[in-house]
Amino acid sequence: MSGLSLKLAVQTWLRTRGGVHPPECKDTAAMPIRTIPAPARLYLPLKQHIGAEAKPDVVPLQLVKKGQVLARGQGSVSAHVHAPCSGHIADIVEYPAPHPSGLPMPVLVIENDGRDDADEMPVAKHPHLLAPEDIAARVQAAGIVGLGGATFPAAVKMNLGQAKAVDMLIINGCECEPYLTCDDRLMQERAAGIADGARIMAQALNIVGAPDVIIAIENNKPEAIAAMREATAGWRHVDVVPVPTQYPMGAEKQLVRYLTGREVPAGKLLADVGVLVQNVGTAYAVQQALRTGMPLVSRIVTVAGGAVARPGNYEVPIGMRVSDVLAHCGLVCEPARVVMGGPMMGHALGHPDAPVVKGTSGILALTAGEVRAEAERPCIRCAACVDACPMGLLPVTMASLLKSDKLDEALGIGLSDCISCAACSYACPSNIPLVHYFNYGKGEVVAKREAKRKDEEIKRLIEEHRVRMAAIEREKAEAAAKRQAAMEKQKAEKAAA
Amino acid sequence: MPATTAPHTSGPRSVGFIMAMVMLALVPGTLLGIAQFGWPALNLFVLTIATALAAEAASLIVAGKPVRVALMDGSAVLTAWLLALSLPPWAPWWIGVVGAMFAIAIGKHLFGGLGQNVFNPAMLARTVLLISFPVEMTAWIAPQPMFSAHAPGFSEGLAITFGQLHLDAVSSASLLGHVKTTLGIDGHAPLPAIIAGSFHPLASFMGTTAGSLGETSALLFIAGGLFLIYLRIISWHIPAAMLATVGLLAWATHLANPLHFSPPLFHLLNGGLMLGAFFIATDPVTSPVSNNGKLVFGAGCGVLVFIIRQWGGYPEGVAFAVLLMNAATPLIDHYIRPRIFGRTLGGEPLPVAGKEGP
Amino acid sequence: MIATILTMAAMGLILGLFLGVSAYYLKVEAEPIVEELTEMLPGSNCGQCGFPGCAQAAAALASHEAPVTLCPPGGKGVVESLSARLGIDPPTGMVDVVPMLAFVNEATCIGCTRCAKVCPTDAIVGAPKQIHAVINRACNGCRLCVDVCPTECLQLVPEAVTLENWRWQRPVLASAA
Repeated sequence: MSGLSLKLAVQTWLRTRGGVHPPECKDTAAMPIRTIPAPARLYLPLKQHIGAEAKPDVVPLQLVKKGQVLARGQGSVSAHVHAPCSGHIADIVEYPAPHPSGLPMPVLVIENDGRDDADEMPVAKHPHLLAPEDIAARVQAAGIVGLGGATFPAAVKMNLGQAKAVDMLIINGCECEPYLTCDDRLMQERAAGIADGARIMAQALNIVGAPDVIIAIENNKPEAIAAMREATAGWRHVDVVPVPTQYPMGAEKQLVRYLTGREVPAGKLLADVGVLVQNVGTAYAVQQALRTGMPLVSRIVTVAGGAVARPGNYEVPIGMRVSDVLAHCGLVCEPARVVMGGPMMGHALGHPDAPVVKGTSGILALTAGEVRAEAERPCIRCAACVDACPMGLLPVTMASLLKSDKLDEALGIGLSDCISCAACSYACPSNIPLVHYFNYGKGEVVAKREAKRKDEEIKRLIEEHRVRMAAIEREKAEAAAKRQAAMEKQKAEKAAA
Repeated sequence: MPATTAPHTSGPRSVGFIMAMVMLALVPGTLLGIAQFGWPALNLFVLTIATALAAEAASLIVAGKPVRVALMDGSAVLTAWLLALSLPPWAPWWIGVVGAMFAIAIGKHLFGGLGQNVFNPAMLARTVLLISFPVEMTAWIAPQPMFSAHAPGFSEGLAITFGQLHLDAVSSASLLGHVKTTLGIDGHAPLPAIIAGSFHPLASFMGTTAGSLGETSALLFIAGGLFLIYLRIISWHIPAAMLATVGLLAWATHLANPLHFSPPLFHLLNGGLMLGAFFIATDPVTSPVSNNGKLVFGAGCGVLVFIIRQWGGYPEGVAFAVLLMNAATPLIDHYIRPRIFGRTLGGEPLPVAGKEGP
Repeated sequence: MIATILTMAAMGLILGLFLGVSAYYLKVEAEPIVEELTEMLPGSNCGQCGFPGCAQAAAALASHEAPVTLCPPGGKGVVESLSARLGIDPPTGMVDVVPMLAFVNEATCIGCTRCAKVCPTDAIVGAPKQIHAVINRACNGCRLCVDVCPTECLQLVPEAVTLENWRWQRPVLASAA
């Protein structure tokens, strides 16, 4: 609780619920960002965002330059994919996805020619004088998605915010997950760029006057707070606000409630209460896209964990395999688990060759001692999970209902409101895999919906089949009757002749 | 290979840690109690815990569950510890043995093992013993501090525990019992006089009164309870609600009729109320999970304790009150739930605060 | 004594009369449950439940002669809706079998079109003497095609798991790590 005054303490008590305090493990916060050069081959998934898969605009063997559009977003919620290096397209194949299942997804494979050639990019000299639609169009063209991990297309979000007339933009620099320090280093080293990006995004939401901008940073990052304050010194409508350090402070609904007191109603968006949240990395990417013309082709990734030889923050080209990144940083031992993201909500990779994608904030090679996977013990109803839940749910009861397959009852006490932050699983002294139950439950809800839809479809097809068969029968009968009538007529004619 | 789920780390607390901390919080009060009542008390305490461990091992084997892990988590020891604290300190050995076996085999494992019991096993066993063996279970004695002049030595202690020796000279009623029986005798002195004659707040606070091991030092048990609250092993809701309710009821009734109702401090410092509020009612398995539910639970316990003490047939009501509220816990959990973020208390989504687009 | 007996007897008579009259005038009409149950079943009349068709299965369900788990193509969803309508508890711990879809082995298909003709949802496409194929979206695993294929080139295979339909599995209690 460093540096919290009494007022802040009271506000914290009134405006936050639940939360846990895992050990921060943020030693990489002191290490400057280093760049990893693009390796021989890059694997770019066509879908690194929420929304429709992008459609390839190139064919195998085609030569490409760095920053060139390789695949175009389809539909209203989608994003483009750009080349992080120059070279040629080797193939478009199914490749293991950066997903716990390791199932394949379509991927563009680029053979790097090492020359880093890039075409002239359209640059905006005065981005804050551009019209909001223009800014959004450039952001969309740059393939920028939310870099906090959710990967929602940034331009779509900005347009939504404009449509709903948000009056506040929050730049999220909380980074509440342990180990991850990529946002921290970004704020310390490139504060001016982030501030510029924030201002450009505020300009894009400008309708009746610039929205207030709050840059929220957890108070365990004093250097970042100082850097951002310096970068935004003298700007009106921009505030750098330190927030209490706890997990999950950076969860957007919780963050909004803490900063503004506004509570997003269940099933609604942040824009419905007049707020938009973007990650600091997204703000920086927007600034880069508008000022230098370079689309989103690389990002800062924290490589950490007990098994890594040279942990730190690295600027990694999108599409570089996780195994290549770990080879670059060195491993001191075989990791017990390789996680993409943070330890609380990240994915344990199903396949070590999965590529780094736009949403990869961290690569953690964890030892068994860090993972602490212990045997599950019976639940003693200690309610540590209830105390930890930031949404005010009852994990103990929901898990017990899901264990007995009572999905509807679990939904009745709030299963669909769970944000899967895993604070409850972390707090549980009996090591019960609570969030696994809830993910399973949510998957069952979707599966049920799908099954119901298919049932209705099958019924409709059966009905159509029946109707078609009946029509065929009718036609046959009519044709037979006609033939019969024709035969009789012929007979009658013959008899008359 | 099944997919591994987040989180990929885990909190430092385990079930064993929680049990160990609760036992640590009980140590000061228990040590004082044993020091006050001497070797027989220690014998009973050790015997009860040993029986509980044996019963736990036997139950686990019969149930086909892994024995070693479950024995090491300390839950059986804690149950037996709390049971021993509620028994008369010089009770014969078979009281402790039967109680421990009942608490573990029937009160815990018959319901399904750890986390599945509806009723607090220690209180269940105590109640069964009280009803089955009322004489032995109400044979209170005045404190005989260890190593003092009239206290029994080690071998005498063994003799008392194993039933060969009875020292009637030191038997005494507990304060609650004394007040209740005296009030029942015709022509008794007015209540304030009885209390003034026998109730010394400091003695109850510090632990030099007759009673069970758990009825000794209110001070040490409060300290242990506050320690647990600080460590967030238990929450403050149940103890606060229970003590506040008893205190409030005692204060209001005493104000209304000092001749029939004892003063609040008398109720708070006597009997097993402090032990009950901080260690017994807060048993996580048998109490509600939500904070508001815990307040209701604690208040309910408080009301029942007061009613049983005042108008019931028994002088002490903590065990019965806790058992009755344990039965109400599923009901409390069903109806009292915290407000979900983004929803009203009724579960409907909050109304959107009038933000319209252009 | 006599007064007590007479009073009790009178009460019994009056209350019994009251019950009888209510049972007659307040009778709840039985609903046409069989039609409702038939609606819930897939309707492909595949026969995997052992009854000739879905209507007969519904009749058996209504008279409690068949278990609610009788329909494999229906899956967990049908079990739950049947249980809800019949007012009984669905069995716990049901593991949804992965949906089975028909699959044509192209090497042995002779293009006889028998399967296409018998499919109740028109899920098989194929012209005579051309290799047939199954449209997965329309197939509900009723097996009618498998039974008529002369070369046995049709089989039921589990639906392929892709990133779109992948779900978290039910957590299994792992014993000591």
